[in-house]
Amino acid sequence: MSIDLKTIKHISKLSRISVDEKKAEKLVGDLNSIFDFIEKLNELKTDNVEPLTSVAETTLKLRSDEVKSKNLRDQVIKNSPKENEDYFVVPKVIE
Amino acid sequence: MSDITKQSLSELVENIKGKKLSSSEVTKAFVERSEKSKELNAYITEDYANALNKAKKFDEKPNLDLKLPGIPMAVKDLFCTRDLRTTAGSKILNNFVPTYESTVTQNIWNEGAILMGKLNCDEFAMGSSNETSFFGNVQNPIDKNLVPGGSSGGSSSAVAAQLTPITIGTDTGGSIRQPASFTGTVGLKPTYGSCSRYGIVAFASSLDQAGPMAQNVKDCALLQEVISTYDEKDSTSIDFKRNKYSKELTKDIKGKKIGIPKEYRVDGMPKEIEDLWKKGIEYAKDCGAEIIDISLPHTNYALPTYYIVAPAEASSNLARYDGVKYGFRAEGENLIDMYEKTRSEGFGAEVQRRIMIGTYVLSSGYYDAYYLKAQKVRKLIKNDFDDAYKKVDAILTPSTPSSAFKIGEKTNDPVSMYLNDIFTVPVNLAGLPGISIPAGHDAKGYPLGLQIIGKAFDEQNILNIAYAMEEKIDFKNNITDWWIK
Repeated sequence: MSIDLKTIKHISKLSRISVDEKKAEKLVGDLNSIFDFIEKLNELKTDNVEPLTSVAETTLKLRSDEVKSKNLRDQVIKNSPKENEDYFVVPKVIE
Repeated sequence: MSDITKQSLSELVENIKGKKLSSSEVTKAFVERSEKSKELNAYITEDYANALNKAKKFDEKPNLDLKLPGIPMAVKDLFCTRDLRTTAGSKILNNFVPTYESTVTQNIWNEGAILMGKLNCDEFAMGSSNETSFFGNVQNPIDKNLVPGGSSGGSSSAVAAQLTPITIGTDTGGSIRQPASFTGTVGLKPTYGSCSRYGIVAFASSLDQAGPMAQNVKDCALLQEVISTYDEKDSTSIDFKRNKYSKELTKDIKGKKIGIPKEYRVDGMPKEIEDLWKKGIEYAKDCGAEIIDISLPHTNYALPTYYIVAPAEASSNLARYDGVKYGFRAEGENLIDMYEKTRSEGFGAEVQRRIMIGTYVLSSGYYDAYYLKAQKVRKLIKNDFDDAYKKVDAILTPSTPSSAFKIGEKTNDPVSMYLNDIFTVPVNLAGLPGISIPAGHDAKGYPLGLQIIGKAFDEQNILNIAYAMEEKIDFKNNITDWWIK
């Protein structure tokens, strides 16, 4: 299987990373060599193997539903690239 | 004392506890050496003035019962440190100042250590040579223009060059053990769930673990004892009985069964690695261990599996960098345009490549063929280890398939760069602990490491084996201070 320019542009859209032609062409080469390497997995028959989703063999712990940290607004806003006192600011979304 | 920076962590702790040295003297010595060592580019952010102040405060009211009393320490810039910039080696977090502290670093400060600064690393820990960092290459103190390994390259360089007595790194596929091997230092990747991931910039959440990087095994055991705690804030933190690793450290490993996996004899492995491994086997025998040949049949499938699982998780974790809540923002004509420009300008080439691989393998129509397949093979890899551990207590392998390489040597070929992690990646996929110890030099005089892999939660055992072998190996790092003018 091989990844073409059209696929790269589709993935870039899904990834929300803009790519120009030059970058897209380089990515075609890079991703194809990586996927050639990944294809090795197809040598293995895995029909009856359970997928491993976590190596930590514990079930998630429940906790009581209570507030533990309060008044974090300033901390949460502090690193935003643009803010208007109480809000994150983004380009206009609704026309 | 002019030779303060030459002392190990354990010696410094003893000297501070014995009031032979003050925290100020020690901190000043490491700060001065760090300042003279800018050419290594080991630091991204220096916090020397604060460190000296904290040392002074410590000396005014010293608490000598702590495990790291007044010990200065620089840490990998992947750990969030309250009020000190944390970049993950990325432009996208260039201006990010956390408002909270990671659990692992908090544990360290609670035991009396003092933050000196943040150490360089590959961008979002994605790399094996520290060359993907937005803040530039790091020099390996072993030789000029040699990579220090990665992703914890600033950490390995700083420990080997004695800019910090000890440090912490993170290891997703070898990022502690491979740089330790490249710099002649000791690095431990603990069992998954041993050290909290809270406050560590996430790369691949099912693989990421923090761990100590040190000049010797004893120091490594002491720091592991400090950083490994159960933490409610990390849902995969595991509540198990943790040893007092440094107190229970012993060189008595008589009768321990150590497995030698035949599949780690990979094609094209340099003879000096093969010889090192043989020597390692002899050292282990000298220590009284019993050597047993074992098989880990799916070893060759570990890297392809890793390069599906890790990018998939990374693409999901890094979706948060959107230019809205924190970090770098590029202006755009509309919201989508802003996202796309922010991520295109804010992430480096390797990170973009991995996000795109991850996005692809998780995308509609490809999930079963790639991601699900990889999770199934991951199960087979873990089963290999489970079977092996019915026969042995630990496994001995080389840490890396080669010694450190030159800066720029592998940057144009991602797959050849990925092959660096061939011996370390299976350990992350199976969630096991692994330690790399320096064991010899190649023909060029560059250090080579051996890896000891343990059963889950059996850090004490691999630390003991490493401790016993370290004495037999008696490794000496050749560091000439070439970068100090």
